[in-house]
Amino acid sequence: MQGQIKEKAIALLRSGAADRVLGWKLGEFFYDLTPAVFRTPEEVERDFVFSVFSGPNLSKYLIEESKKEGRVAAFLKPCDSYSFVQLQKEHRIARENVYAVGVACDGMCDMKSIRAHGVKGVLSARQEGDRLLLETLYGPAEMAKRDALPERCLHCKSKKVVDFDEMMGENGTECPDCGRFDEVERLEALSAQERFDFWRGHFSRCIRCNACRNVCPACSCVKCVFDNPDSGVAQKAAASDFEENNFHIIRAYHVAGRCTDCGECSRVCPESIPLHLLNRKFIKDMNELYGAYQAGADFASRPPIMDFRQDDAEPSVIYARGGDRA
Amino acid sequence: MQVNEAFTPTIVAFCCNWCSYAGADLSGNNRLSYPANVKIIRIPCSCRLNPMFVLRAFQRGADGVILCGCHPGDCHYSTGNYYARRRMTLLFSMLDYLGIERERTRVEWVSAAEGAKFAQTMNEFVETVTALGENRRLEDFRCKVR
Repeated sequence: MQGQIKEKAIALLRSGAADRVLGWKLGEFFYDLTPAVFRTPEEVERDFVFSVFSGPNLSKYLIEESKKEGRVAAFLKPCDSYSFVQLQKEHRIARENVYAVGVACDGMCDMKSIRAHGVKGVLSARQEGDRLLLETLYGPAEMAKRDALPERCLHCKSKKVVDFDEMMGENGTECPDCGRFDEVERLEALSAQERFDFWRGHFSRCIRCNACRNVCPACSCVKCVFDNPDSGVAQKAAASDFEENNFHIIRAYHVAGRCTDCGECSRVCPESIPLHLLNRKFIKDMNELYGAYQAGADFASRPPIMDFRQDDAEPSVIYARGGDRA
Repeated sequence: MQVNEAFTPTIVAFCCNWCSYAGADLSGNNRLSYPANVKIIRIPCSCRLNPMFVLRAFQRGADGVILCGCHPGDCHYSTGNYYARRRMTLLFSMLDYLGIERERTRVEWVSAAEGAKFAQTMNEFVETVTALGENRRLEDFRCKVR
């Protein structure tokens, strides 16, 4: 796949179909790929990387890139394409300036998962079928690719690229039985005290680096509420528990109904806070109370929070739904 | 001098200008009593209630937050309270998910003619929050005056 995508990027630049290409290049480590814009075929030849670690979602970068002169080609995995459609719905991306190349995806590996399976000192990784062949400091190793996937890919909601000009590989389908709400349900079944302790334990590690906000394709306001010096939430390690609670509640709330559940927030969190569980709670609530809705799945539907029905549930419904349900 | 050591919660009631605020007024005119620790904040419409306001109220020492607005269908701006209803349902559900007592938050529809309902709602709500005790899980110790 790496070779094909690289060739495609070069061909697009040579033919003039695109003036720039949005893809991935190496970061500090081989498993740390970072989004990058390529302007010439030589740059692509030298730096472009597509591997099992091409997890970063490229859609957010199209907001800026599509406003510049000329056309930008972007390689979009299914997750990226959901965000791409959602951003188009919000009129954030100038679609005519984007040449979207859909890339089939069967999950993007994560170093944390590989390490969790006891493989250390990894120098390179290569996929063959459903196996992952690794080279390590201690000799070659092999593992099932499934074991190397992060939580978001294990519970993949869809392998379908929603909006594309051209598709590389075969487009997949949605996965309705992905079980992505299982963990949310498990938490809901706990007592209020247990839930409080669970989240306190996670939030207390938050260093307020804002990585979750900055990487999120839905979190793309030019001026963010948290940049307001009067917001009561300083841009630094929290002085009080409240700041962490406030930040995480409001961050999740601001993307409610627009979050496509791509899982980037949890991927970038340096403290491994399961931020996707907050987003999924909102998605689950909205699905249950206001009808199934997937942000970015189409261009026509209205997000639940911008819509209403006269017979909506009253807020008192949470007294019956929440709390200690043991 | 006698010192009152019993816990009296601070309640913030966000009231929509057109119905509930007038409802509170009516309950006063009718000499109906509700606890003095209910602090009313007037908002132009129930949908003006930014979720951040609720959190901010808790931060600044509220033990319970209640939103009162026109009955669904009666909004002065036609649809505001329908949006508020969805927003608050989701917010309260999230607070509950984080383990914050869900009885501390409430939405009640009170029309301008329902002075008695306003007083009764506030009495009930204060009772519920008094039973829960002080807001500990969503407090900001920097804002506590002791």
